[in-house]
Amino acid sequence: MASSTPLGNRKKPAFLPKTVSSQLIIIILLLVGDAAVGWVISQFVSLGYTPLAAAFFAIALAVNIILLVKKAYPLRWMVAGLVLMALFTIYPILFTVWVSFTNYGEGHLITEELAIQHILEIKYLPEDSKAYSWTAFKSDSGDYALWLIDAEGQPYLATEGELIAQPVPGQAGIGELDADGIPVTIEGYQRLNSILAATDPNLSNILFGQEDKTIQVRSPQEAAELVQKYVYDPERDVMIDQEDGTVYSNLRGTFSSPTGEVLKPGFIANIGLENFKRFFVSPALRGPLVRIIVWNFSFAGISLVLNFALGLLIAVLFNDPGFPLKKLIRSLLIVPYTVPALLTILVWRGMLNPELGVISRVLENLIGWAPPWFTDQWWAKVAVIIINLWLSYPYFMLISSGALQSIPDEYYDAAQVDGANGWQKFWKITFPLLLVAVGPLLISSFVFNFNNFNLIYIFNGGGPPMANTPTPAGHTDILISYVYNLAFSASRGVDYGFAAAITIVIFFIVGTITLIQFNYTKMWEEVSENV
Amino acid sequence: MSEMDKKQKPFKSQSARRKISIGVRLIVAFVLIIFSIFPILWVISASFNPTGSLATQTLIPAHLGFGNYQQLAASGDFPFWRWFFNSIKIAGITSVLSLTITTVAAYAFSRFRFKGRKTMLRAILLIQVFPTLLALVATFLMISQIDDVIPFIGLNTHAGLILVYLGGAMGLNIWLMKGYMDTVPRDIDESAMVEGATSWQIFTKLILPLLRPILIVIAIINYISTYGEFILARVLLKTSEQYTLMVGLQIFAGAQFDQRWGVFSAGALIGALPIMVIYLILQDQIVGGLTQGAVKG
Repeated sequence: MASSTPLGNRKKPAFLPKTVSSQLIIIILLLVGDAAVGWVISQFVSLGYTPLAAAFFAIALAVNIILLVKKAYPLRWMVAGLVLMALFTIYPILFTVWVSFTNYGEGHLITEELAIQHILEIKYLPEDSKAYSWTAFKSDSGDYALWLIDAEGQPYLATEGELIAQPVPGQAGIGELDADGIPVTIEGYQRLNSILAATDPNLSNILFGQEDKTIQVRSPQEAAELVQKYVYDPERDVMIDQEDGTVYSNLRGTFSSPTGEVLKPGFIANIGLENFKRFFVSPALRGPLVRIIVWNFSFAGISLVLNFALGLLIAVLFNDPGFPLKKLIRSLLIVPYTVPALLTILVWRGMLNPELGVISRVLENLIGWAPPWFTDQWWAKVAVIIINLWLSYPYFMLISSGALQSIPDEYYDAAQVDGANGWQKFWKITFPLLLVAVGPLLISSFVFNFNNFNLIYIFNGGGPPMANTPTPAGHTDILISYVYNLAFSASRGVDYGFAAAITIVIFFIVGTITLIQFNYTKMWEEVSENV
Repeated sequence: MSEMDKKQKPFKSQSARRKISIGVRLIVAFVLIIFSIFPILWVISASFNPTGSLATQTLIPAHLGFGNYQQLAASGDFPFWRWFFNSIKIAGITSVLSLTITTVAAYAFSRFRFKGRKTMLRAILLIQVFPTLLALVATFLMISQIDDVIPFIGLNTHAGLILVYLGGAMGLNIWLMKGYMDTVPRDIDESAMVEGATSWQIFTKLILPLLRPILIVIAIINYISTYGEFILARVLLKTSEQYTLMVGLQIFAGAQFDQRWGVFSAGALIGALPIMVIYLILQDQIVGGLTQGAVKG
């Protein structure tokens, strides 16, 4: 934002902050704000939320520049809006783009760093590790303690979850040592004889000591130190099994052995275009996805045509200045538009309820049969389209009647002279002119219905479900509700990566349509038009 | 075709034809009105049906009862009034803040000339093409992360939800607003500037009063759309007492839909009432606001 010139250019810039004190207040507020944001960023970093920390940093930097650099003055007017947009719209978009190239999802929910940390904690009991002879003690509450003696005769006392100590007889409740160097008593504990110890079912499963030094009973005679099972080699990005030497290499976010065994947990990894490839070529997905896409376009298209047709029909029928009760009729007809759609979709769900709903009951009584609105895929689709018609025809009625009034009477007078009948006048004059006026709104409406999540999700959750699909999909699912299921219904494991990839595809479809609309309406040109 | 009729000279036969035409159209209107208001009548009837279940309801209840409304008032198994209040509060705050943000920004776009202005305007519009719904997962994850550090704008808070709504405030609205501001002649600004007024004074003292009608319309449209918003609130709010009315009613109706039908209907009616009233009173202004921006050009 290099140069900002005031209007007219004839006076010195009137918009610059006038007093020193106001400048000072800005700087103080800014310092306080920066300190707070700095603290937040440091917290994000310590939690491992690096992308979010980076976003906060970039935004804070931009705000500082806008508020301190004089040339950026016009941006000060919109700094709040820009910050909110950057944080809550742009960041999620960028994040979605990034996720679409990863395997983020079930089994791959943490960063590689964290996953490595978890895997390095795994231990095993090697055949040849440092061995101790052991004697077990058991407390009344069922806690165990081990008295260990290593090959050099050095004694240790090990309990669960505590550091392994070198005990001094006579202190800390440890009684006298017997001939073998084992205390006769330990306060609070009962010494177990070798038969009891050997048959105790718990003993061999207990890990004594703390994380860095853990000891486990290996045999009636021997206890041994556990060692770390895997070692990470950062250069080759592989995990090496210390027990048998297997090399687990990083294969798309999972350390996998050549024979296909994998280490858990997996982690988020870049998998390139894999998600998009799946979208376009995966044979298992192709069936349901193609059906969803076909239905998605048909639903948006059919809805547009029907809703517009009914709205236009009403507008034309009652576009008569002297028509009786015109105002009342219009008010009653826009009622569907005035109720929050979510509520009326729920109402329709109740009315179409098989057996219990009013529509089904009336049809049962009249013709002895009611359509299976929820269980048959075609009737479910019809139901969705009818509900959408009810929800949106008032909008088209309103915009059509607005547009009708803007068509000059002279056109009709001229057509009258030429002897055109009503039908011809409608198709030759009314309709084309109307289409020019409401065309952009029709495109917006198509885009809206293309992503009409609420209707699909609330009416029937996209149901009835398709059979034998790899991920949950329903016959009335549109892309966006399918994405929602992938990301939020954990029944078969969330798959954020794939969901994000479909999101990007939707964005391209919607973006293309919208760009066409912008060009069509010359929205771009409006920028340079005024003043 | 009505618009043709009015241009024909009123011969006797034509006057008769006109009467028939009006009659036919009245019948059509009647049928359409039934289609239009039946669901609403049905909900009204259900809300007064004392048994409160879907199966036993008839359009005209055998006897009226206020049991469903009493259940609502008692808020026994669900905090209806809490949800209602939450919705009114969230929609109100969002609408006012969003209007403020967009108006101030639109003023800068309308009155200042700076490098990158056009690019920014276009970028703002394009960014909003990406529906908030699509970035739902990312938004959810982000708010959960923020929750760990700044819990008062994190998950399950109204502040967090309002901020996410405001993230989408700039967009088409900024274009609409800038369009209106561009129609206010610049001579006004310039003469004020000659008298030593600052940009802020010009904005608040001159431009805002002139735009008051359209500001109110935009605020109302914002209010209505926020009030009816469902999915973001559904994903970000977790506990019953934080729900908005839409989320609460959807979840309430989700379980035991049949038995809860009556209470749901009463709640839906009360919830829909403020919006319906606003619409019916201000229908001309709202319709104008909804269609104008996109139709021009």
